[in-house]
Amino acid sequence: MILNPGILALLLGSSIAFLMLLYAAGLGLKILSAWDPQSSSEQQLLLERKTWLVSTIVNYAFGFVVLSGLLFIYTVEDIHRLFIGAMCATGALNANEIGWLVLLVKIILFFAAALWVSLNRLDQCTEDTPLVRPKYIGLLLLTPLVGLDLLLQYSYFSGLQPEIITSCCGSLFSLGNDSVASDIAGLPPAPTMIAFFICGGLFLITLVLSLGSRQAIFRYLLFFASVLFFFISLLSIISFISLYIYQMPTHHCPFDMLQQNYGYIGYPLYIALFGGCFFGLLPGLCQPLKKNPSLKREIEKRERHWLLLAFFAIVVFLAIVAWPILFSPFILLSY
Amino acid sequence: MARRLNILEHALSSLLRRKQKNLAIIVVYTLTVATIASVLFLTQSLRSEAVNVLAAAPDIVVQRLAAGRHDLIPIADAEQIRRMPGVGKVEPRVWGYYYDSLKKVNFTLMGVKDSPTNLPLLQGTFPANNEQCTLGKGIAEAYGVTIGDSLVLVDSSNSSKLYQVSGLFIADSELLTNDLILLQEAELRRFFKLPDGRATDLAVEVYNQREVATLAKKIKLALPDSRPIGKTEILHTYDTVFNWRSGIMLTLFASALIAFCILAWDKATGISADEKREIGILKAIGWDTNDVLLLKFWEGLAISLTAFLLGAIIAYLHVFFYGAGLLAPVLQGWSVLFPQFNLTPAIDLYQLFVLALLTIVPYIACTIVPAWKTAVTDPDSVMRS
Amino acid sequence: MPTLIETKDLCKIYNRHKPDELQALSDVAFSIDQGQVAVLKGPSGSGKTSLLSLIGCMARPTSGSIRLADKDVAKLPERFLAELRRDLFGFIFQQFNLMRELSLFDNILLPLYPTEISGKEMKSRADEILRQLELGDRKQQKVKQLSGGEQQRVAIARALINQPEIIIADEPTAHLDRALTEELLTILARLKQNGKTIIIATHDPAIYQQQELIDRSYLMHDGNLLEVERL
Repeated sequence: MILNPGILALLLGSSIAFLMLLYAAGLGLKILSAWDPQSSSEQQLLLERKTWLVSTIVNYAFGFVVLSGLLFIYTVEDIHRLFIGAMCATGALNANEIGWLVLLVKIILFFAAALWVSLNRLDQCTEDTPLVRPKYIGLLLLTPLVGLDLLLQYSYFSGLQPEIITSCCGSLFSLGNDSVASDIAGLPPAPTMIAFFICGGLFLITLVLSLGSRQAIFRYLLFFASVLFFFISLLSIISFISLYIYQMPTHHCPFDMLQQNYGYIGYPLYIALFGGCFFGLLPGLCQPLKKNPSLKREIEKRERHWLLLAFFAIVVFLAIVAWPILFSPFILLSY
Repeated sequence: MARRLNILEHALSSLLRRKQKNLAIIVVYTLTVATIASVLFLTQSLRSEAVNVLAAAPDIVVQRLAAGRHDLIPIADAEQIRRMPGVGKVEPRVWGYYYDSLKKVNFTLMGVKDSPTNLPLLQGTFPANNEQCTLGKGIAEAYGVTIGDSLVLVDSSNSSKLYQVSGLFIADSELLTNDLILLQEAELRRFFKLPDGRATDLAVEVYNQREVATLAKKIKLALPDSRPIGKTEILHTYDTVFNWRSGIMLTLFASALIAFCILAWDKATGISADEKREIGILKAIGWDTNDVLLLKFWEGLAISLTAFLLGAIIAYLHVFFYGAGLLAPVLQGWSVLFPQFNLTPAIDLYQLFVLALLTIVPYIACTIVPAWKTAVTDPDSVMRS
Repeated sequence: MPTLIETKDLCKIYNRHKPDELQALSDVAFSIDQGQVAVLKGPSGSGKTSLLSLIGCMARPTSGSIRLADKDVAKLPERFLAELRRDLFGFIFQQFNLMRELSLFDNILLPLYPTEISGKEMKSRADEILRQLELGDRKQQKVKQLSGGEQQRVAIARALINQPEIIIADEPTAHLDRALTEELLTILARLKQNGKTIIIATHDPAIYQQQELIDRSYLMHDGNLLEVERL
């Protein structure tokens, strides 16, 4: 176990978030069992008020999920120096098998919580709140995910063994064999780059079609395009985008770009990617909800906004990616 | 957007109206932040001091072990190491510790042959003959001497010798040269009665940093009784030690954090009749539960940011201007014998981010439920009272 | 004029299924047309305030319906009730219910804070209303420094800032002397002229005897409502 202030902050914050969500889930169970929109009893009024408490807790928890994702990467970056052979955060994540899993859970948690918060806002704007049941069932699924996040973080950090000089000998050789891999290999750049830009184009085309038409099919297509584009983008960041940002043919780390050395370019890059893909997913996910007339009204009020946000975000993302490819002196494809 | 700003404005004005009540929570909040921030800042700056020290350190230091203990290493070994491919300079170093029982301080005495280039001088020259010495700032201050004055040291045969101070050090990091006294190497050997042909350790320069591990392995193979230590290893050890210490400190301060949370909870729960009435009025004239929750959010944010900024500034002053007087003995540990030294300010965004999460998250968690309880005040309560 | 508010079989029971259960309203049928002034009279505890708070969308009835501008609001979620209070109603309370530590100006702006109205628009509205009520020169003063009459006018200004269609007044003259009551009546008459719908609960004869002001009179007793020709 490494005791580092960042690790303490992560574990403390996650524990608090988990406890608050457990409490919210308890309230959610009560709401699920007794919710009756037709009743005008004081009990129903109390439940209605409790939904505000639950929303507030989940909103804060969502904010924490975003921040803890950043803090996690920062912390991993900070402790990589403790591992021989680890040149950046990637090395520290490789230090035991759980590192990448934590990151994966955090990404899933981000999308799940963002979806919950969006659906909740949608639902609260309708008079008949038709999503109460699905929302609180969703909350019962979200809570264990936060618990899993906490558990995985704990086991990742507690499994880390830093190397220190022992009194009998320098530690280098004793560990020489299993020093962690310092970098990850990427897919071959040229085909990945082609796939990336094709997929980005596809995303934008379906998006423009959705903007122009009310047809459900385009929204479903956009949904799939978002999922595809998200994964291809993550692979591309490792495969070639990182290389262009660092101007180095071998450095594939997807996290170093968040550092000051690279002008914090990673922040707009990741925010645009995550935000763009989320808002691209949303219209397709909400399409089935349009069966309900009051939800339909609310969705249609917002949909255009979502689509425009997605469009803007992905254009920014593509621009950040394309910029160094087009304008930097670094030429990758001749390597 | 207008709604958020309007409510923010009201939140700030209602905070200012209740100065008395909010002052208590802000003071305690600030102290909590300042305590935790002091630990973080101090550790971070000690770490960066260590990095500074190591920037000038050799890539590999080779020591000799005899019976599991550090022993003098034959200078002949240096030649053997130098012949290995990839190795640059190999320099035998002669140095030792000196304890002054009168001043009760510990120094490092180091021997030089010709002028070392990696130590910047403040003024004066390196020792040119056996009668001269060069001092770190801390020692000069401890004895109240400067260039041209004399310093008396007692050697291994218990006879005093007078040295003339020929120069004083300056370095980015005071930790590096603060406790250092340089003498001519021959003089140092006489002072400590060290045999010729042996050195304290060997400083090895390696051309390619990636080969440090391989070379260390080779040295160990060629000289089985040696202990090569890489620069990065020392860094890891420092990092681990500092991480560990600040972690332990923070864990100890957890009780302070809990006490603060209880106070925050108490303050948030115990709203006055007056405040309750105000919320009732707001609800009656058209504010929604959500609006009051937003109001409470802004209030919490304003309190948190105020306390955070104040706390961080206090911690900064405490650590970098007053030498972390309240914490240093616990955290530094190994350096209590050092003459006094000042820390170089070193804070990065990461430290502030960690600090924010450590302090603001518990505060918010403590205030959510009370804020909600206030927010769901019955809108008709003002009419029924 | 169309019917603006109409209630049917309206019941309100506080603390239901508890030992201190209290039936505040039973089967109340109330209605008022747009632009009318209605008065509710009755001893304290007869349910006037409960009825006002239901009509004013501050609480939901235990049963029965409330039609407000042709929309049933009896079962709306609280969030929408708050919206209605903000957009349709202006409230004048028995004890003014002002925030004493805030300035006069800030007090009357309070109902507009949760709206998307910009700061500039809010201030020009407030200035206009203060001018009408002759309070313009004291707007930065704290409410606690004002006289009773001025506080009353601030309370009225706050009720009017959101340009409501309906004004609800609960015992507005309970703490006023003769002269101030006259002043209030003048203001109410002016509001009626401007087409506002006004509902007043009172047991002050100075109000319920104003025959040219009042269109409908109701009498409340033990939670029952009765429309009468004259009070």
